[in-house]
Amino acid sequence: MALLEAKGVLKRFGGLTAVQKVDYLIEPRTINAIIGPNGAGKTTFFNLMTGIYVPDEGTITFDGKNITGLKPNKINNAGIARTFQNIRLFGAMTVIENCLVGMHRRLHISLPQTILRLPSFAVQERTAQQRVEALLDFVGLRDKANEVAKNLPYGDQRRLEIARALASEPKLLLLDEPTAGMNPQESVAAMQLFRAVRDEFGITVLLIEHDMRVVMGISEYITVLDYGQKIAEGSPEEVRRNPRVIEAYLGRGSAASHV
Amino acid sequence: MATNALFQNGAPQSQPNWREALPTLFALGYVAIVYFLLHSIDRSMLLFPLWSSILFPMFVISPFIILGLKIDGRLKVLLIAIIGLVLMPILGLEDTFYLELITQIAIFAAMAIGLNVVVGFAGLLDLGYVAFFAVGAYLWGVFTSNANTIVQISGAQAAPELFWLFLFLGVIAAAITGILLGLPVLRLRGDYLAIVTLGFGEIIRILVSNLSNISSNRRTPINITNGAQGLPGIVGPPLPDFLVEGVANLTAALGIPATNVRALTYQLFYYVLVLGVCAIAALVAARLDNSPIGRAWTAIREDEVAAQAMGIPKVRMKLLAFAMGASFAGAMGVIFAAKNTFVSPESFSFIQSIFILAIVIVGGMGSIRGVILGAVIVTLLNLQVLKNFSLLINSLKNIDWVIPIINFPIRDWPQQLEPARYERFVFGLLLIIMMIFRPSGVLPAKRRQLELQAAMGKEEIPEAEIIADVETIKPEDLLGNQPKEQS
Repeated sequence: MALLEAKGVLKRFGGLTAVQKVDYLIEPRTINAIIGPNGAGKTTFFNLMTGIYVPDEGTITFDGKNITGLKPNKINNAGIARTFQNIRLFGAMTVIENCLVGMHRRLHISLPQTILRLPSFAVQERTAQQRVEALLDFVGLRDKANEVAKNLPYGDQRRLEIARALASEPKLLLLDEPTAGMNPQESVAAMQLFRAVRDEFGITVLLIEHDMRVVMGISEYITVLDYGQKIAEGSPEEVRRNPRVIEAYLGRGSAASHV
Repeated sequence: MATNALFQNGAPQSQPNWREALPTLFALGYVAIVYFLLHSIDRSMLLFPLWSSILFPMFVISPFIILGLKIDGRLKVLLIAIIGLVLMPILGLEDTFYLELITQIAIFAAMAIGLNVVVGFAGLLDLGYVAFFAVGAYLWGVFTSNANTIVQISGAQAAPELFWLFLFLGVIAAAITGILLGLPVLRLRGDYLAIVTLGFGEIIRILVSNLSNISSNRRTPINITNGAQGLPGIVGPPLPDFLVEGVANLTAALGIPATNVRALTYQLFYYVLVLGVCAIAALVAARLDNSPIGRAWTAIREDEVAAQAMGIPKVRMKLLAFAMGASFAGAMGVIFAAKNTFVSPESFSFIQSIFILAIVIVGGMGSIRGVILGAVIVTLLNLQVLKNFSLLINSLKNIDWVIPIINFPIRDWPQQLEPARYERFVFGLLLIIMMIFRPSGVLPAKRRQLELQAAMGKEEIPEAEIIADVETIKPEDLLGNQPKEQS
């Protein structure tokens, strides 16, 4: 059974239809990519899947549960975590705290527990902190655990966003242009990280990416959007040979799609 | 963590530990000297207002100096408790004005801690915070004053003993009011939120000014709040006789002439009560800050969209912030009404909300000890320092003093330039100076540093898991067998 299934998802912004009746399937434990020229509706599609926008039409089912129109926090609770195209860390908080926020849905705390500092509170905080430390080891940020997020270098901020998303122990991780602004070596390290996310945690990965080396390097299944429509899908090989994709990137489409 | 400089280095070491104890000794010496001088200045002295307004603030900030020491936490608490519960009350018994001042400081400190939860932690700018204070004050006032008809008609006057219950009810009522305010403003941010909360504060004030005659039937007016005249004759909780006797014995032992021991006992009682509520508020706020709830608030403050995407229930967390912040003000409102024995809409004007907000900004948004220090600074400036300067100028006028060098006779100092009249000007100046030189407050909030379980590099991490080691990975490692990229 598919992990995520979108059926006829449509989103309009005034006169502009950003996402037009897109059907989309994600199989569990796969690495998927959505590509497309600027303004193709990729990020809008992400925002529809994570509840930041509500689709005008269509349904999105995740893990057998209809998540269409749910609030972002409910969708996170259902098991979808994401990163953002323009990094959106909690700048004033430390690296550890950012991850602890990501773990929010895993923490069960009541107000009296917090105020009275019951033993269960301490136990939970300690376990949460240990899990976050393991995560920071995984992404390689342990030595910066107590640094304030906004002071981190760019690459570390990207990595922290992924750690924060992983902290909620999602089933599906959405990465919005995760290697944007990285040099080739950093991109390679990032690709290894995405692979490890899938291989070690069994998390399904979906990324939006412009860097074709990254897309072709790690995706098992690629979907191409243009003008809000799905124009192609398949393995990297199939997509690369697809004439509509070539046209969208090189032909008339690319000239007109600047926003 | 703070290490105990006084005791931990007792182990035989060549390092002399008096060096580490030096700051502590200095701090203790400071407190002792300031306290002694404060005791010995004579009320009849010409420069008394000047000395008083220098020495008293110096004394009041001494707990902050102790907090800054590198000594054991329990020792700090002990020292601060001695200052707050022994030194301060003795000083207050000698001169009740000091007791009144410190009580006002604690009332505003507790409210500033509450507002800090809303503004500092959750980043929700609230300009109508005094409304929650009014809810608490009127809750107790309406049920104990004789001026309104509610009590006369229903005979439901609350017994003074119920004060403690109402203290609790005040917390609940203010929290509910906080949620009621929170619900309609959930979608608003920044300036828009500030405007709506400002309006909310005014609604509460206008409501209490007008709930005096709400019946269409002229013969049976329903008067709940007695309007602009306010509610007089509010009572406080009954004090057991042994407390009064204790204070009488204490004043006798200290050789202080006390004319009205009962009134003095009440003043002392309210001081201790307000200090206690303030301490509880600080403790609760600190625990909330350092918990998943506090982290969720900070996350919402930093980036609402990202916070929600990380699973933070925005609605619930914002309402919780409003409710928690309001509850402290509600408790203080009940105490305020009992202490002043009178409430009127005047006490809950917009300027009061601004006053509390100024405390939070001066002290440091999000920093609990910061806002307490802010309450000290702003309240003392308002109630003591500026007034004392006016007093000083007046007494200098009386002796016909002439400022040397410039030869200016102080008698010619115009009435219009009395410092006490310029409190708002001084506040404005203070805020501008703060914004330029210390925009994050006198004691800015710091992020808590967590201790990691294992030291760096100690823990065995399998090679394969080190993803971050960019240098050792060559692009060919990954792309070697991959098809060439599409351009």
